[in-house]
Amino acid sequence: MTALQDRTSATGKPDDALVRFTEVKKSYDGIQYVVKDLNLDVAKGEFLTMLGPSGSGKTTTLMMLGGFERPTLGHILLDGKPVEKLPPEKRNIGFVFQNYALFPHMTVAENVAFPLRYRGIRGDAAREKVKRALGRVSLEAMGDRKPAQLSGGQQQRVALARALVFEPSLVLMDEPLGALDKQLRERMQIEIKHLQTSLGITMVYVTHDQSEALTMSDRIAVFHDGRIQQLADPKTLYNAPENRFVAGFIGENNTMACSLMGRETGLAVVKMADGSTLKASDTVLSADADLTLSVRPENIMLAGDQTPPGMNLFSGIATDVFFLGDHMRLSVEAFGGQTVTARIPIAVARTFAPGETVHLACMAADCRLLEG
Amino acid sequence: MWLPSYATPSERMMRILVVVFAILVMLFLIAPLFIIVPLSFSKDPFFTLPVREYSLRWYADLFGNPRWMEAMVNSGIAAVLTTIFATTLGTLAALGIARPDFPARRFVMALLISPMIVPIVIVAVGSYLFFGQFGLTNTRAGLVFAHTALATPFVVITVTATLSTYDTNLTRAANSLGASGLSAFFRVTLPNILPGVISGAIFAFATSFDEVVVALFLTAAEQRTLPVQMFSGIRDQINPTIMAAATMLLALSILLFAALTILTRKKAR
Repeated sequence: MTALQDRTSATGKPDDALVRFTEVKKSYDGIQYVVKDLNLDVAKGEFLTMLGPSGSGKTTTLMMLGGFERPTLGHILLDGKPVEKLPPEKRNIGFVFQNYALFPHMTVAENVAFPLRYRGIRGDAAREKVKRALGRVSLEAMGDRKPAQLSGGQQQRVALARALVFEPSLVLMDEPLGALDKQLRERMQIEIKHLQTSLGITMVYVTHDQSEALTMSDRIAVFHDGRIQQLADPKTLYNAPENRFVAGFIGENNTMACSLMGRETGLAVVKMADGSTLKASDTVLSADADLTLSVRPENIMLAGDQTPPGMNLFSGIATDVFFLGDHMRLSVEAFGGQTVTARIPIAVARTFAPGETVHLACMAADCRLLEG
Repeated sequence: MWLPSYATPSERMMRILVVVFAILVMLFLIAPLFIIVPLSFSKDPFFTLPVREYSLRWYADLFGNPRWMEAMVNSGIAAVLTTIFATTLGTLAALGIARPDFPARRFVMALLISPMIVPIVIVAVGSYLFFGQFGLTNTRAGLVFAHTALATPFVVITVTATLSTYDTNLTRAANSLGASGLSAFFRVTLPNILPGVISGAIFAFATSFDEVVVALFLTAAEQRTLPVQMFSGIRDQINPTIMAAATMLLALSILLFAALTILTRKKAR
């Protein structure tokens, strides 16, 4: 799937784009580009996540959309209108910051009422809206408290209520759950997703947490080194990573160097470092490029008498074995010195001694070839 | 502070010596200030200690004498105007310097606080010659301008210190919610950096109210400030009224210091 096709994939019509980045570049010093050649459409009503490690350009992209940074080159369209030069206060975008950025000198209700004053909503109408917004995040009773008197999760909800109270069509979030503990984070993910779908708002969400991205998003843009590495829905991203970076970043993958030998019956035949051959799904066109074979640990199983024919078989020397409750994590050294990790369900696992030879198998369809 | 029960006698001895020494140093620092207070309540027209008889006659003289009263009013006006100008300018400067894209930050900062470092006589002579060109010597405006230059660095320093703990995302949040620059400043930034602004204002007030060298150069009889009046009073005729004025100044300084302490303690909480 190319970036161009993706423009239309979310809702079918390219005109549905609420946000459009065209050839956007951003450099702070004029030498190094933090964002290089960004082309991205966000459809109306979509939950789009920008996922990537720190320094990948995802936050800078969000800041440009929010109006806090200006693109060095290129255009950003919001609802069809260019906004590169529009200050944040004129964009009507809800923004939830990483540390919530609640005004400490105001009460919760005053915080939520803040954007209403700039939209000419005062008095009873404003009180009504504040009440409704706080109700949506189950904080009706907390209106008179100061932000410092609330827990992290409650502060996060206030920030959400404040960003939603003026009914913006677009809401941006910059790692909003980063400071919360794991359980609360998972609950908030679901709450945010519910709010987004029930209110029909478009959300652009920045995170470095892949499970968060997979849980909430309609589409995920994986950022690395200032570029979108892949833009796809969570399922495609997980099952069909397009390059080595995405394969390594989303979930866990064993990546091994290999070279293409030929093709047979729709599968690619590759030669591993030790000369053995494996079959892989044929996704790569050029035979000259350096290739990487990627296979997820959960797709590697123990080889035995019941192993169906046609599977890739290989063996390795067990190096590490860990018991993890529902599965065992078995690392072996195979293909002449490469570490391959397998996730063996407890039901079919046995005990392994370090140093013993283990026979493993994986389906050709689960082995993906990547360039680079 | 207190030694454990197993301390040896020599350790106890050392500890006592340290405490005695510390008390002596403190006395050395503040005793000259507090000599003034009893002298101001003495009935004698001479500076003799111990005081033989107490009276308020020098305070009566201070508040009854139009020259002293005029000097106090002059000092008050100059200090209030200086505080307003220095606080405004200093806060704006600190906000500008705190911006991440501010060029040559260290250099500009050094330039801004230079009036604090340059010897005061040089500032006074410089102001005298420079302001003379514009007819600002012997005017209240000239005095206020010179004092503003001296007081602004204090505001820059205190506001910069507060800004270092200020979360700039608050301003961004205000912007994203619809507040333009000025509105975001008054409704969000200023309330959150207020302790620093007020500390700066207190320093600015004290700087102007206590300042004597620049005031000596720039004022004529009509703008004479309290410190100048005291200074010339000492030269002309030594008179305990000066002690009464000095005690008033000391009381004001203690008051300002107390206000500052309360303010910083609130901020820490």
